Amino acid sequence: MSVSEMFITLQGVLTADQDIREEIRKVVQTMEQTAREILTVLQGVHQGSGFQDIPKKCQKAREHFGTVRAQLASLKMKFPADQYYRFHEHWRFVLQRLVFLATFVVYLETETLVTREAVTEILGIEAEREKGFHLDIEDYLSGVLTLASELSRLAVNSVTAGDYSRPLRISAFINELDSGFRLLNLKNDSLRKRYDGLKYDVKKIEEVVYDLSIRGLNKEATDGAGGEK
Amino acid sequence: MSGKEGAGGFKKRKHDNFPHGHRREEKDNINPSTVFMSFKAFQLELDTRHDKYERLVKLSRDITIESKRTIFLLHRITSAPNGDEILMESEAKLDTVRQKIKQVAQELMGDDMYQFHRAISPGLQEYVEAVSFQYFIKTRTLVSIEEINKQLIFEAEDKEEETKPASDCLNSQSHIWCLKVTPVDYLLGVADLTGELMRMCISSVGNGDIDTPFELSQFLRQIYDGFSYIGNTGPYEVSKKLYTLKQSLAKVENACYTLKVRGSEIPKHMLADVFSSKTEIIEQEDGLP
Repeated sequence: MSVSEMFITLQGVLTADQDIREEIRKVVQTMEQTAREILTVLQGVHQGSGFQDIPKKCQKAREHFGTVRAQLASLKMKFPADQYYRFHEHWRFVLQRLVFLATFVVYLETETLVTREAVTEILGIEAEREKGFHLDIEDYLSGVLTLASELSRLAVNSVTAGDYSRPLRISAFINELDSGFRLLNLKNDSLRKRYDGLKYDVKKIEEVVYDLSIRGLNKEATDGAGGEK
Repeated sequence: MSGKEGAGGFKKRKHDNFPHGHRREEKDNINPSTVFMSFKAFQLELDTRHDKYERLVKLSRDITIESKRTIFLLHRITSAPNGDEILMESEAKLDTVRQKIKQVAQELMGDDMYQFHRAISPGLQEYVEAVSFQYFIKTRTLVSIEEINKQLIFEAEDKEEETKPASDCLNSQSHIWCLKVTPVDYLLGVADLTGELMRMCISSVGNGDIDTPFELSQFLRQIYDGFSYIGNTGPYEVSKKLYTLKQSLAKVENACYTLKVRGSEIPKHMLADVFSSKTEIIEQEDGLP
């Protein structure tokens, strides 16, 4: 084979590669759109009136996850199944966002941390690499860290809305997360950077809990939610 | 998260310390919760992955160093009369490099190669450079990517290896490991090759060899045309190399020009400026990645 022939073949390979990337980008864009819609729905909980109909909002968000499943299914078709990590960068961000949204929904519903397997179920993807399009562990952990900062915000806003018991529950939850993350030996990468932010979320919630307890508001909270200020 | 806020929080927490520590202890007693258990599992998974990555980086570095040595060895060929001996020696060296690549392939068995691609990519590029350089010296043509990949299919030779990767045996092709050089790694390796060729060209001029420079400039021009054909369809690194490639080509073409004008009587000192302006490029390209 002559040199020019070789380069022509290689060029063909590179163009095919670019076409795949283009296709992936298109799907990822629609996924980002859906993710934004879900976020908008869930942002409602930060408003004072939003605390009453949390189940309804979660319900609505879960409907949107149906769209996400369809989009992820079409993303799967865009590239060979065994080349997940070749194109990983393209959907990494949006997948982390979706993980966050899924964990947020489940937290609002049950106040527990959703497992990685359950997230994959919500998103309609696989839990293990061998079986196809899966959820990378680092992406899952990143999503969980986003949840932590969202919850620290929720703690503040729930106090404003007069719900004094929620911050205590959030505090317990975040502390559990924190000790969980302490178990990990993180490398100096993006995940580690995001983990470094977790302590500020922990601190924020501790402050909220402190403010409540110094005013005796947490006792009222255990008696019954709400109470006058 | 400003400094002020942090200081305030610290003070507050001091007061808060007591009830807090209390509560946390309580939690710990109830723990090994599900969260704790799953993070234990994550710890294991992440550690395994990081360990594997580190092992691959180490292998990649070994491959790089050994390949570089092979290239240095091959450069000696222009001045030495015993060309065949050096070729044999380089072949032996490349075999040891391939043994390392075999280890990489074993390490990656059952994994997505691209997941760890960043760890091994520099080594593979250097290997492509060494192999293609040797191939050029032997045949005066460019080695194809298929040719390279063909050499990277390994079979288990002895029993020791058959028993070790027990899980691999479950795979249908029982004792075969193979590693495929990606097109991009190949291209980057070939781009590095041009730098070596330029060096070879200059040193052969220094040795009074008049034919080699012309062959080399011919060959380099073909490669340059090839890269121009790819242009910016390739990834960013490829277009970055294109600039250096152009410079190498210019040096070689200038050397050929000088040879043509001056004929074979060109004194060595005439090449002094060609040499001196060359060294900076050589240094640039030789820096270990």
